[in-house]
Amino acid sequence: MQVTSQAFKANAHKALGDDNLKTALFKLQHHFTNNRTRAVEALPEFERLRDRARDIKNEVLGALDFYLERFEQKVAEQGGTVHWCRTPRQARETILSLCRSVEAKTCTKGKSMIAEEIALNPFLEENGVQPIETDLGEYIIQLADEPPSHIIGPAVHKTLPQVADLFLEHHKRYGKTERQTEPEALVGEAREILRQKYLDADVGITGANFLVAETGSTIIVTNEGNGDLTQMLPKMHIVVASIEKIVPTLEDLSTILRVLARSATGQEFSVYTTLSTGARQSADLDGPGAFHVVLLDNGRSEMIGTELQELLRCIRCGACMNSCPVYHAVGGHAYGWVYPGPIGAALDPKFIGLEAGQHLPNASPLCGKCESVCPMRIPLPKIFRYWRDKAFEEKITPLPQRAGIGVWAWFARRPELYRLASRLGIGVLGRLGRKAGKFRSLPLASGWTEGRDLPAPEGRTFHDLWQERRGRRGPPKSGDPFRKLFS
Amino acid sequence: MTERPVSVGLFVTCLVDLFRPTVGFAAVRLLEEAGCKVAVPRAQTCCGQPAYNSGDRADATAIARDVIAAFRGFDYVVAPSGSCAGMVKLHYPALFAAEPTMKAAADELAGRTYELVAFLTEVMGMTRVVSDFNGAVTYHDSCSGLRELGIKEQPRKLLASMPSLTLKELPGAETCCGFGGTFAVKYGEVSSEIARRKAKDIVATGADTVLAGDLGCLLNMAGSLSREGAALKVRHVAEVLAGMARGPAIGEPSDDAEPGRR
Repeated sequence: MQVTSQAFKANAHKALGDDNLKTALFKLQHHFTNNRTRAVEALPEFERLRDRARDIKNEVLGALDFYLERFEQKVAEQGGTVHWCRTPRQARETILSLCRSVEAKTCTKGKSMIAEEIALNPFLEENGVQPIETDLGEYIIQLADEPPSHIIGPAVHKTLPQVADLFLEHHKRYGKTERQTEPEALVGEAREILRQKYLDADVGITGANFLVAETGSTIIVTNEGNGDLTQMLPKMHIVVASIEKIVPTLEDLSTILRVLARSATGQEFSVYTTLSTGARQSADLDGPGAFHVVLLDNGRSEMIGTELQELLRCIRCGACMNSCPVYHAVGGHAYGWVYPGPIGAALDPKFIGLEAGQHLPNASPLCGKCESVCPMRIPLPKIFRYWRDKAFEEKITPLPQRAGIGVWAWFARRPELYRLASRLGIGVLGRLGRKAGKFRSLPLASGWTEGRDLPAPEGRTFHDLWQERRGRRGPPKSGDPFRKLFS
Repeated sequence: MTERPVSVGLFVTCLVDLFRPTVGFAAVRLLEEAGCKVAVPRAQTCCGQPAYNSGDRADATAIARDVIAAFRGFDYVVAPSGSCAGMVKLHYPALFAAEPTMKAAADELAGRTYELVAFLTEVMGMTRVVSDFNGAVTYHDSCSGLRELGIKEQPRKLLASMPSLTLKELPGAETCCGFGGTFAVKYGEVSSEIARRKAKDIVATGADTVLAGDLGCLLNMAGSLSREGAALKVRHVAEVLAGMARGPAIGEPSDDAEPGRR
């Protein structure tokens, strides 16, 4: 996926003028957040489960090599193979060579953000393997030739009429010439068309929500059951997953599953929770003949032991973007890379570089809503600040901003000069604004006044008025344990 | 009784100092009503958030050092802002994580620093105010106060003690108004859109006044309401609680040369 994060402002501007997007996002905002609130309120131990889920992942991240090797061993014991891939390119090439080993012409795909991260679809297509998305949202955006705009609802930016048009355009060749407008009819149509593709596919590729070290199982959760058909019917099942998806035991898995769906869609549990453990055994009724797990690092192991480690707890539930006022306003595409919303703003600079991604952690009011809903208690605002510090330090922050802060701070550190400057500035602004009470536009403040008025100041500073009315009264001298520090 | 009154250093906050001194005087009145002896250290300017949130650690740390020095010796430090109080309480100690002596001083200051309404209710045990306010108000929970300091019920409790005041709860009261400090200017278009949505929710309550505990959010909401042509008044909750809500509201025309007297 082409990175457009450096154009965040232009992307946001475009998104803010898109009425279809506005309609779609309004729905998302209310649907997901209300459902989450209801689900959480109905589970008294939810907060304790969040603590437990966080602790499980912290434990894993403290001994990631151990758990990953144990996972590999268990997969091998069950006839599967784990492929270790340091880079997206290695992962793509591994998957392609696996596809070629069974002479695959088409492969079905379950939803996978890692497949997006490694840009798998265009690569397979270029090399003669046709990928077919089977998750309804992914299917829609594949038809529209767009990247996902949300990590669990890739097509949340589309309205129903847009989907109806898209299906009419692309399903004509299957004899579907009537424009369906009801959700059920649209789902039915997609299902009917996909059915044959499941049967024809040589390889099924899925992601994984979790990898269980104890059993060598990979887990996907879906609401459509498409993942099951994707992985059961073809000759080969390839799981593509990043290394931090590991959990120690099935018990741990079930703990985290209890917070996942509630945080994501507000369901108590997703409709399908599918565990895949190895290839088809002799006593199995069905299943793929071959089972491969492509494990991607892509810089994650470097995050261990750094300020970014906590991001590796993420279980990709989407709660942060569902509750984010910025995401509600601009949608996912404005972020300009694979992971949108708060988690993307914290994660993307690591993958695409801080220079390209610098807007993302800055384009946040630091309201903290994301952290308050994150089931894994990831301190997202803290990580935004980490990137802001780094950008400032490495002079990636634009010079006018750095200089502006520098000048302001110079005054802020000199209270008497600051008083003088603020007295003058506020006096002028106060006189100019008194009659109207506000400014409709103001030079140097257009970022503020383009979209709203700026209330005028009252005209005198508090400190001046206080000095006049009450005079100086110092702090009491007693009871200061740190007096020496400042003398 | 010879017990000395509780001494409070008022952290005015830069926005109150510059834009709305009335809020500072309202805070002083409420603190004095609660029995505190209030002083305003002259060496204060700002808590340093503009630098801190822009990644300028060096300046943020230097400003934090000045604030810690300026507010030595008071029993408590009180700010009419959840955002600035949150900065002192939660982020100052983090700034000095690698400097044990300063960290201890930052921790000590953090332990006696409070947001105004939280201080009045939790520390001074205030359950009612002496003033009254005639009108239907709605209340926006500012993010830092709400999520960093747990301020939610405290202002509502004091507002409920005013017999002529009706509180109409704001749907989405816990959703950010889009201010976010420098975010409001750097990403003005996104910030304005978030503010516009907040303004819409505020108007829908049917209240005639909207209150909050942070001036940044109030300037943002007032600016958006006024641009959208809404006639609501916007005030800091302290103005109403202190009975100082007779002067012009935020963003209203004014012939008042003596803010904070009425």
